Amino acid sequence: MLKLTRQLGRWALDRIQSIGRATTMFAIALWGLPGRGDVALVVRQIYNLGILSLVIIILSAFSIGSVLALQFYTQLARFGAQEAVGVGLALVLLRELGPVVTALLFAGRAGSAITAEIGLMKSTEQLSSMEMMGVDPLRRVVAPRLWAGVISLPMLTAIFNVVAIYGGVVVGVEWLGVDPGGFWSGMTEVVELWEDIGKGMLKSVVFAVLVTWIAVFQGYDSLPTAEGIGLATTRTVVYSSVMILAVDFLLTLTMYAQFQ
Amino acid sequence: MRMRTIEIGVGAFVLAGILALVFLAVRVSGINLTQSGDSYTLTARFDDVAGLKTRARVAMAGVTIGRVTDILVDVEYGQAVVVMEIERTAGELTLDTGAAILTEGILGARYISLLPGADEDMLADGDEIMDTQGALVLENLIGDLVTRLGAS
Repeated sequence: MLKLTRQLGRWALDRIQSIGRATTMFAIALWGLPGRGDVALVVRQIYNLGILSLVIIILSAFSIGSVLALQFYTQLARFGAQEAVGVGLALVLLRELGPVVTALLFAGRAGSAITAEIGLMKSTEQLSSMEMMGVDPLRRVVAPRLWAGVISLPMLTAIFNVVAIYGGVVVGVEWLGVDPGGFWSGMTEVVELWEDIGKGMLKSVVFAVLVTWIAVFQGYDSLPTAEGIGLATTRTVVYSSVMILAVDFLLTLTMYAQFQ
Repeated sequence: MRMRTIEIGVGAFVLAGILALVFLAVRVSGINLTQSGDSYTLTARFDDVAGLKTRARVAMAGVTIGRVTDILVDVEYGQAVVVMEIERTAGELTLDTGAAILTEGILGARYISLLPGADEDMLADGDEIMDTQGALVLENLIGDLVTRLGAS
C-alpha cells in the first residue's frame, strides 16, 4: 500500500517536473529568438513545416469540404433548404473543423517530424556539441521551430478553409445544382468577420503554440535511444491530438456558449 | 541557390495564406471595406421583444438596412429598448417611421421591420422611433383564443 502511494507520488512529481521543464524551455526559446541571422532559420523551418504539409492539407480539405456539402445537401433537401448548404459549410469549417482538423493533421505531419528530428539530434549528441561550441541549442534548434510552427499553422488553416469551401462549391453547386446566388449570399449574410473567421483563426494560433510546443519539448526531452525517439514521437502525436480536442472544447465554450 | 528557392517558396506560402484570409473575409463574410462604420444609431421601445437577439437584422420592405446592436430593459416602464444601427447608404428615414418585430418564416429568427412614414422631418443619429409594435407572442395569442372561445 505504501509502495503504491509512493509510486503515485513519484509519477505526479515526474509529471510536474516535466511540465516545469517544458515551461522553462518554452520561455527561454521564445526569449532567445530576436537575433541576427535567425530569420533564415525560421524561413527554413516554415518551408519544412508549412510548405511540405500543404499537400496533405489541401487533399484533406477538399475531401472534407465535398463530403460536408454532400451530407448537408441530403439532409437539407428534405426541407427544401438546399441553399443553406453554403451557410452550414462555412460556419462548421470556419468555427470548428478548419482549425481542429488542420491542427490534427499538422501534429501528425509536422509535429512528429520535429520530435524525431530533435530527438535524433539529441541521441547523436549534436545538441551537446552545439553547447560545446558555445551555440545555444534552444536558440539555434528549438526557437526557430516554435516560431515557424506558430506562423505556419494559421496559414495552413486559412488555406484549408478556402480549399474546403471550394470543395463544397464543386459538389454542392457544380454537381448537385444548388443555386450559386443563394449559396454565396446566404454565406455572406450569416458569416461575421470577427465572430466566425477571427475566432477560428485565434483557435488556430492557440493550437499552433500547443502542437509545436509539445513536439519540440518531447524531442528535446526524449531518451537518447532509438526506442526513446520512437516513444517521444508517439507521445507527440497522442498528446497533441488530445490537447487540441480538449482545448478546442474549452475555447468553444468560452467563445460561443451563451448561458441563459 | 537552394536557400533562395526555399525563401521564394516560403514567400509564396505566406502570400497564399494571406490571400486565403482575404478571400475568407471578402467572399465568405462579405465585409464591405468602403462603408464600414458609416452608420447611425436609432432606438425604439417595445412592449415585448420576445426572442429578438443582438445582431438581428433591421429591414425595410424586406431589404436589410441595419443591425440590432443592443437590447436593454427599462424597468420603470416595463419596456425593452432596442438600439440599432442603420447604414447611411440606405438613406434617411422619416420621423414617423414605424418599427415592428416580425418573424422570418414560421420558425425563423426575429427581425425588425421598418415601415415608411410620411413626415417631412427625418430621424437623426440617436433619435427614437415612436411608432412601435412589439412581437406577437404565441402564448398570449393562444391564451386570448381560449378565453374568447370560453366566453362565446
